[in-house]
Amino acid sequence: MIQFLLRRTLTAFVTLMIATVAVFVVLEVLPGDPALVMLGMQAEPDNLKAVRAELGFDRPPVERYFVWLSGLTRFELGNSYAYKTPIAPLIAQRLQVTLPLALMAVLFAICVGLPLGVLAAWRQGKAGDYGVMMFSQLGIAIPNFWFGLLLILLLSLGAGLFPAGGFPGWHDDFWGSLRSLVLPVIALGLPEAAILSRITRSSMLDTLREDYIRTARAKGAPHRTVLFGHALRNALIPIVTIIGLFFGFQVGGAIVVESVFYLPGVGQLIYQSINNHDLIIIKNVVILLTALVLAINLIVDVVYAALDPRPKIAA
Amino acid sequence: MKKLLAALMTAALTLTAGVALAQPKDRVVIGASLEPPVLDPGLNPAAGIREITYQNVYEGLTRIDRSGKIVAGLAESWTVSPDGKAYTYKLRSGVKFHNGEPLTAETVKFSLERLFGPDTKVVGKALYTSIERVEVVDASTVKISLKQPDIFLLFNLSIGDAVIVEPKSAATNGVTPIGTGPFMFKERKQGDSVTLVKAPTYRNPSAIKLNTIVFKFISDSSAQINALLAGDIDAFPGFQAPELVEKLKSDPRFVVVPGFTQGEVILATNNGTEANKRPMSNLKVRQAIAHAIDRKELIQAEFGFGVPIGSFFPPSDPDYVDLTGTYKLDLVAAKKLLAEAGYPNGFEATLKLPDVGYAKRAGEVMVSQLGKIGIKLQVTVMKFPQWLQEVFKDRNYDFTIVAHTEAFDLDRYTRDYYWNYVSQPFKDGYAELTKELDPAKRKVLSQKLQKMIADDAVNGYLFELAKIGVWNKNLVGMWENSPTPSVDMSEVHWK
Repeated sequence: MIQFLLRRTLTAFVTLMIATVAVFVVLEVLPGDPALVMLGMQAEPDNLKAVRAELGFDRPPVERYFVWLSGLTRFELGNSYAYKTPIAPLIAQRLQVTLPLALMAVLFAICVGLPLGVLAAWRQGKAGDYGVMMFSQLGIAIPNFWFGLLLILLLSLGAGLFPAGGFPGWHDDFWGSLRSLVLPVIALGLPEAAILSRITRSSMLDTLREDYIRTARAKGAPHRTVLFGHALRNALIPIVTIIGLFFGFQVGGAIVVESVFYLPGVGQLIYQSINNHDLIIIKNVVILLTALVLAINLIVDVVYAALDPRPKIAA
Repeated sequence: MKKLLAALMTAALTLTAGVALAQPKDRVVIGASLEPPVLDPGLNPAAGIREITYQNVYEGLTRIDRSGKIVAGLAESWTVSPDGKAYTYKLRSGVKFHNGEPLTAETVKFSLERLFGPDTKVVGKALYTSIERVEVVDASTVKISLKQPDIFLLFNLSIGDAVIVEPKSAATNGVTPIGTGPFMFKERKQGDSVTLVKAPTYRNPSAIKLNTIVFKFISDSSAQINALLAGDIDAFPGFQAPELVEKLKSDPRFVVVPGFTQGEVILATNNGTEANKRPMSNLKVRQAIAHAIDRKELIQAEFGFGVPIGSFFPPSDPDYVDLTGTYKLDLVAAKKLLAEAGYPNGFEATLKLPDVGYAKRAGEVMVSQLGKIGIKLQVTVMKFPQWLQEVFKDRNYDFTIVAHTEAFDLDRYTRDYYWNYVSQPFKDGYAELTKELDPAKRKVLSQKLQKMIADDAVNGYLFELAKIGVWNKNLVGMWENSPTPSVDMSEVHWK
């Protein structure tokens, strides 16, 4: 087990290093000059030069890469070009919105998608199954920005149950903050719930056809035990994989959903930084997210091992 | 499953309890599309910085009022010497900065000296190159001496770039701005909002009715509408989605107020250089394009907002002359001119647009209008940073559409600028204009210059960008127009 974990951690670390190079190179070749963006259409040549030097752009790329990397290892991310303030607190502040949003959305997807999938498999070919399948088709097809707008129209502007957007901040208003995340969580989580219900259904159906299920039934095990004790546990492997992937999807989804609900989260930070050409923020946020996704993959691997002892021997 | 549902319902109900309390009537939430990067206008040209801080947090010696006139600010009076080379300002007494420091002639000297000189780094320094030195005459008098007369200096010293700051706090104004204005900076939530509160140090506190102003940043235009409809924001002074305005017009809670800006929207045209000729280097081609522009259709695409222009000058200015008739809409004449220039079948060209609403809307119209005379435009939409690099700096483009929002920006035609226009007569005329002290003669000179670039059809002159203000009908005192970027809240109150 320890060897398995070490090997996986090493792979994750190498992946992260490759990601730092990739991110640096991509942003390096991206057209646009941060100094020019800061000074805009009134830019004077000597001002441009001064700002470039201030941002360290007068240094060769290789040197800048290693300066960035050594900063990363010390958690010194530098100052934002546009905001002129340290980046680490800036990202931390945004994570206070995006992390709860992402976690709750995945939780929502699990709470809704998993039971529905089990239900559909259990009631295969019956009304319940068709109902779930229709829901999942719809959930997958609806883009989340549109669904977000619909939720605002119905539950916020119409019924007045939830705010149309914004985020008061955990410190200032905890319950208000939670309330303001309800609609975004549904908008972000529903398509995932739909996908999850499909995967759960088909994985369950596969397992339900296995011999040991027939054996379990034959020996007279109660229906619930067969369904949840025998079938679900063995059907979980593909489901856990998908749930792990959802965390990665959240980033793309969050940009859209945060924009519709004007939440000051990481997605909005990326969007604004691209507009401001605030490359240093983009660089660090992308690496942070990569690290996060790698960590989640690692956790998923560990969960695999716990669910099914076989892969770690094969790996 | 039932238990789960019940739990979810309970949670939802708990969350809904304690919904929106009635807002006290001394607080206003203002919506803005773009978040300003810093809050010091010296560091960055973003209009958002000036909109929040100008007249609210910072003040200048003089200021621009809502109609565009120059009026007293921190200086209660000022005189200009007969030769136009010396400006003397008499400062108001009893003015304090938000950190308690008093306003003195020395502070003003410190502040103004940041704007010019060889070491200055402020973004607007090109506006202040005519200043030679600043002297303290006595405790409340400051004299500015000029190298040569500069008729734009009085205006330029009244705008957001020339606000008076104070030595102890000047370096940190980007993050915590300190000025003399009626409102002081309270907090900033990055990506979300900037909050100002009434300043106890302000010289005339009874004139200020509001206690709290929150500037809230919402980039998505449908989210902006939702925020207004939900009552999360009270006003959107610079609404940029005219296609969505109808929805607000029909809502009795809001008023929609169209106003003017200083933003000329142009079809910027690469006139080419000696080494790098383009079809548009030929005056006849540019004239043909001018003949093909239908401004009525362009303004329709803006849902009726905007005023047609025929040159690079705002119609709200008293020196404006209407030149929209210089090249009348005439496709036959346009095709004839193209044929004379050697392009009887037109040509292909690039139209590189910044990713902003008005440019994309006008871009679509231009593709169809120029298509009628055989000029086939290939459209690329790019983010502003890429646009700045590729179009503005590298000049690698044929056409683009952009609004030039600075006031008195005719001088762009004297510079080595991205449209590659070179005209000695224009340069001479402009130099003459900057020195002319007689307003009547100045008007004649200005109109001559406006006509010169209209005749030369340097760019396609499309329309003056409108400022679309949307606010709660009980909110009184908002600026209808935008003579300079500002959301001046000093006279705003609730009915």
